[in-house]
Amino acid sequence: MRWQSDPLLVVEHLTMRFGGLVAVNDLSFSAGRGDITALIGPNGAGKTTVFNCVTGFYKPTEGRLSLARQGKAAAADIEALTKTGKRHALTPSGDLYLLERMPDHQISWHARVARTFQNIRLFQGMTVLENLLVAQHNPLMIASGFTVLGLVGIGGYRAREREAIEKAKFWLDRIGLIPRADDPAGELPYGAQRRLEIARAMCTDPVLLCLDEPAAGLNPRESSDLNELLRTIRADHATSVLLIEHDMSVVMEISDHIVVLDYGLKISDGTPDEVRNDQKVIAAYLGVADEEVEQIEAEIGA
Amino acid sequence: MATTTDALKSTASSGAFSLSSVTAALKDGGFAGLVTLGLSFPIVALRAEQDMSNQLILQQRWSWSLIAAAAVFAVRFLVVLVRGRPRTVAAGIPIPAPPRPAVAPSRASVLFTRYIGALGILVLFAFPLVILKVLGPAGSLKWINNYGVQILIYVMLGWGLNIVVGLAGLLDLGYVAFYAVGAYSYALLSTTLGLSFWLCLPLAGLLAALWGVLLGFPVLRLRGDYLAIVTLAFGEIIRIILINWTDLTNGYAGISGIPRATLFGVPFTDTPNGFAATAQALLGHWFHHIRYQSIQRTIFLFYLILCLALLTNFVTMRLRRMPMGRAWEALREDEIACRSLGINTTTTKLTAFALGAMFAGFAGSFFSVRQGFVSPESFTFIESATILAIVVLGGMGSQLGVAFAALVMIGGTEILRELEWTKQIFGSDFDPAQYRMLIFGFGMVVMMIWRPRGIVSTREPSIFLKEKKAVSGSLVREGHG
Ligand SMILES: Nc1ncnc2c1ncn2[C@@H]1O[C@H](COP(=O)(O)OP(=O)(O)OP(=O)(O)O)[C@@H](O)[C@H]1O
Ligand SMILES: [Mg+2]
Repeated sequence: MRWQSDPLLVVEHLTMRFGGLVAVNDLSFSAGRGDITALIGPNGAGKTTVFNCVTGFYKPTEGRLSLARQGKAAAADIEALTKTGKRHALTPSGDLYLLERMPDHQISWHARVARTFQNIRLFQGMTVLENLLVAQHNPLMIASGFTVLGLVGIGGYRAREREAIEKAKFWLDRIGLIPRADDPAGELPYGAQRRLEIARAMCTDPVLLCLDEPAAGLNPRESSDLNELLRTIRADHATSVLLIEHDMSVVMEISDHIVVLDYGLKISDGTPDEVRNDQKVIAAYLGVADEEVEQIEAEIGA
Repeated sequence: MATTTDALKSTASSGAFSLSSVTAALKDGGFAGLVTLGLSFPIVALRAEQDMSNQLILQQRWSWSLIAAAAVFAVRFLVVLVRGRPRTVAAGIPIPAPPRPAVAPSRASVLFTRYIGALGILVLFAFPLVILKVLGPAGSLKWINNYGVQILIYVMLGWGLNIVVGLAGLLDLGYVAFYAVGAYSYALLSTTLGLSFWLCLPLAGLLAALWGVLLGFPVLRLRGDYLAIVTLAFGEIIRIILINWTDLTNGYAGISGIPRATLFGVPFTDTPNGFAATAQALLGHWFHHIRYQSIQRTIFLFYLILCLALLTNFVTMRLRRMPMGRAWEALREDEIACRSLGINTTTTKLTAFALGAMFAGFAGSFFSVRQGFVSPESFTFIESATILAIVVLGGMGSQLGVAFAALVMIGGTEILRELEWTKQIFGSDFDPAQYRMLIFGFGMVVMMIWRPRGIVSTREPSIFLKEKKAVSGSLVREGHG
């Protein structure tokens, strides 16, 4: 179980309240380095809220989100960092970040957590290529001497920009959009927009990629292409994936680890096989009390 | 709905107008007439005028109001009858027009946009000399000063505001505040400390940029209407400070006697060290009889503002192709996505405010060196509105469109001042320039119907792999403000 032996992200006692509504309630789980971890649950279970907490868009009401960028952090190191009140520490195993203390843009830039959105958020009026260059804003900004040097033409900005274009081309090739590189993102068909959003997130060189329902609205063929893309991302780019998905065929096929949420509570956590056979999960998905599950299973012949 | 379908049917069967289409037109025209009546009676039908003893007398001009209503009715009736009802239902919910395919601009228009800029610059550099040759010093003053310099100031201000509104998508209604900061910076620094224009110019830009950041901080969290209101208030605050801080700014009376600009120390005066004499001494070998003429200074000012405006353009065009400029445009498209990609939206917004303000500061110090006098009167809200109108009319984000809109709006104002012949028709106390706002308002309405995204409605990508394709304006967001 990699999420126990070498966790990348450790979520502890995460609670998010909106006024009286508890969207996420004392949630603890971890995502293993190199794993595809799926976060599933019925509508309104609080999955997107977890993403928003991990990526800094919401500040959690309670809880700790620690991310060990290069290797498993010792529990003592995490405790020490928590006590100091700082966001980041350099531990023997590498960089350690406490995400709940960081603003969203720093989580992306320093802790290297990238994300996509449930309702696609591309820069519609900019071209596909421009979208991928905006994703490389920070390294390009440094290369341009924070614009000052680049403006007067000193330094290696041109060369760095060419590198950025090469990287964009690599990802465009991956998602099959090279022929449409100069078209506005808003003109792409829906499936291509979904893929572009993933490519854009990958251009930030993330260690953790959070995908919010990437297969929503895709046809079966596009859906299987997506599975393929996610597998290569994990295999070739040292990027772990945290995935919210309703499509069980996608979830069961590609994930190594599944966490199930219902009304903000974790009701199951384990390998796909364990979760598939968990009574509580079946009950949550069918919307019945635990005792009735067997009866219903018998009825539907499961 | 019934009337809509009827009207559509009637347009389909072209030829004689059916009864239903006439009733629809009557209904529509009658409604428009009633609205006109309602709107016009407080401003047209009732008019208060002072009599000899300063008492207000209410005059009633109901016939005017009725004539206006009848005219609107007639026009609306005819329009609806001929063209059919517009595609809106009574409840005001527009029926979505069928999606128009984004038309790729033709090859000719691509070439046009590529070379019109270069051509325009050439024409502008030749303009004062050609005019001088053709019309002589006396006749050309009006053209170089009233048209040339005046329009170029607004081109520059439009380009500056375009960074904030057009690229970063932040609606700024108080842009004139930075223009004022620039103007007063030069006025004060030169009259009190005796600093030269060339030293004050960058200082004025820096001070304005500083104020841009100061304004930027409190409004960072605001969006849309709220941002607009706060920037509007900021513009007014600056003006009111200028009025009330009389110790420093001399209040309403303003600051006069601001030193004129020199060409790197050579003044434009009729003295032995003046421009004419210096030029004679240096170039007398080739040119004979270079004599002092006051037009020389105007021409110098023309080239000065031309260079400043081109600098604004150059910097903006270059920034658009750099990470900073792309981040501005990305911010306009989707701020949340920007943050998810590690872009610090706070600094990105502040740089847009600061840079836009800096160019206004440059323009402001040019304004005071040109006039030799500044007062708060010159920095009222209507100036902000004019500059914003130029940006919107030009097509948000488009440099060429903004330049063109400034030409039309400011040039148009100047032309209105000169329509002497209208006095022969409407009487000698008729002043066409007073109708400027009415005409602009009308022009704006027509433009927004005809080209809602401005004169240049496409966005030019900042980079391309194989082929540069203009992005249709319908895809480009206007930002959240
Ligand atoms: N900003 C917010 N303010 C108030 N309530 C919120 C906010 N964001 C989410 N919620 C509430 O929190 C609960 C969980 O929402 P969330 O979007 O996380 O669900 P989800 O699991 O992503 O559902 P779905 O599968 O429909 O996307 C919902 O009841 C939602 O209404
Ligand atoms: Mg969701």
